[in-house]
Amino acid sequence: MQPIVQVEHLQKSYEDLKAVDDVSFEVYSGEIFGMVGPNGAGKTTTIEIIEGLRKADSGSARVLGMDPTQSREELAERVGVQLQQSALPPRLRVVEALELFGSFYRQQADGKELLKRLGLEDKLNAPYAKLSGGQQQRLFICMALLNKPELVFFDELTTGLDPQARRSMWGLVQEIRQGGATIFLTTHFMEEAERLCDRVLILDHGKVVALDTPEALVGGLGVEKRLVFTLPEEQALPSLDGLPAVSRVERSGSRVIVYGQGRRFASSVVVALEDEGVDLVDLRTEQANLEDVFLKLTGREMRE
Amino acid sequence: MNAIKTLTIIDFKLFLREPIGTFFTLAFPIILVLLFGSIYGNEPTDLFGGYGTMDISMPGYTALILTTVGLMNIPITMCSYREMGVLRRLKVTPLKPMSFISGDLITNLGMTLLGMSFVVLLGWLLYRVRFEGQVIPLILGVIYSSLAMFSIGYLIASLAPTARVANVVGLVLLYPMVFLSGAGMPLEILPESMQNISKFLPLTYVVRLLRGLWFGLPASELWPSILVLGVILLICGLLSARLFRWE
Ligand SMILES: Nc1ncnc2c1ncn2[C@@H]1O[C@H](COP(=O)(O)OP(=O)(O)O)[C@@H](O)[C@H]1O
Ligand SMILES: [Mg+2]
Repeated sequence: MQPIVQVEHLQKSYEDLKAVDDVSFEVYSGEIFGMVGPNGAGKTTTIEIIEGLRKADSGSARVLGMDPTQSREELAERVGVQLQQSALPPRLRVVEALELFGSFYRQQADGKELLKRLGLEDKLNAPYAKLSGGQQQRLFICMALLNKPELVFFDELTTGLDPQARRSMWGLVQEIRQGGATIFLTTHFMEEAERLCDRVLILDHGKVVALDTPEALVGGLGVEKRLVFTLPEEQALPSLDGLPAVSRVERSGSRVIVYGQGRRFASSVVVALEDEGVDLVDLRTEQANLEDVFLKLTGREMRE
Repeated sequence: MNAIKTLTIIDFKLFLREPIGTFFTLAFPIILVLLFGSIYGNEPTDLFGGYGTMDISMPGYTALILTTVGLMNIPITMCSYREMGVLRRLKVTPLKPMSFISGDLITNLGMTLLGMSFVVLLGWLLYRVRFEGQVIPLILGVIYSSLAMFSIGYLIASLAPTARVANVVGLVLLYPMVFLSGAGMPLEILPESMQNISKFLPLTYVVRLLRGLWFGLPASELWPSILVLGVILLICGLLSARLFRWE
């Protein structure tokens, strides 16, 4: 596959602080690529070097085959950017922001349609300064999509959004990808990366700690998944030995824990039990997640 | 082109929504006419070569407007946009710095001319001020003087780290100029030593040029001012373009 973003041995220091320390990776066409890590890990510095807003001390970044510092205008036509920190004139109205930023591009999406998609259609005439943090964030996301970009950068996609808006944003990102665009996002929410991203780069203290699909990262921990449910004590538990995904079964009183691995683990167990006519009460699955991966790789808790 | 047009229209709206800028560009000069007009009237006096106070104040107040816009509005707006992060958002669009400045420039020129026309209209309605020059050269002179003064403003904007600093620098330059250049009060009433200081203030040349154009002085009397303003425009314009920063 063709890399859309190529980063090699990127380094950036602020005085004594190595904010980005020898970072290399590639982003491929059509994927949702996530960079995760705690606050201060160097995500914004990295993404803004790639966007052409900051200069690396050494190493190289190429976007769509171009050098972001040299081809600012050409790249800006083809990529969309939502910055972690930016602003609009306080008295600029939402509709004016779209009109203004739309006028900068050769290619334009329907701004009002985007506003609607992001639930801002009743804020058309609101001045920027009167919007809540979440509304400002959604407006910036709108603006990042105004030029029908091939590649979209989101720095802290869902900061300031409530859980419901966050989920809706994940849906939007998936839609944008289905439309053919490539997504490069940063987040400090591990859950977001795990749900949304095809591949995840874990960054800590400016260094790449891991880079893989969320499944592979979690699978690499070698921790078994668990399926837990309640079964009346008098009811017999059918044998699950025939299922390749299952490694063992524990039962204490009415509580049953099935251990196993693989993508189809939970579904195969549920199907097998239902075929036997077992009523599954209080069913839940437990499995390791990216937080556990971060803990294992860095020895520290990933705090939100 | 479309970008400059949209930018200019929106800049105009934003300018008018900003109460302080609008006050000093549009309302304050009107207050000056009303205030000093009621004090001094417009009787011809020998001090002003047979003209009245209001006659000679028309080009002076125009100079005042374009200086306030250039030294206050332009740098403060630009620096606060930079400080807030508006400019870094613009930097990730294809907008060229020159287009951005053009929109800003057209807006500020437009507001200056609007402020001037209010003043002149009021001066004519209340005092029948005398205008002895020609309209087109006068307007060209106002635009030329504005460009020179604005270029100082853009240079402040490029150099000042924050909007606060830009504000202070603007005021420090503005105040002595207003009092010592003949824009606010006619130079003729100042002692000679003060009149000498005025030779080093850009605004003095703006006032001379505009007054010359207002009273239809021959070109030979205008050239020195045109030259001085041209040098300011060239140096500050080039420097501010070189030093322009989105962040
Ligand atoms: N402009 C700057 N000047 C000095 N230090 C900075 C600057 N930007 C970021 N840093 C520091 O660099 C580190 C990485 O920051 P950043 O890239 O913003 O991380 P993240 O986006 O992962 O939170 C932090 O310790 C931060 O304080
Ligand atoms: Mg960040």
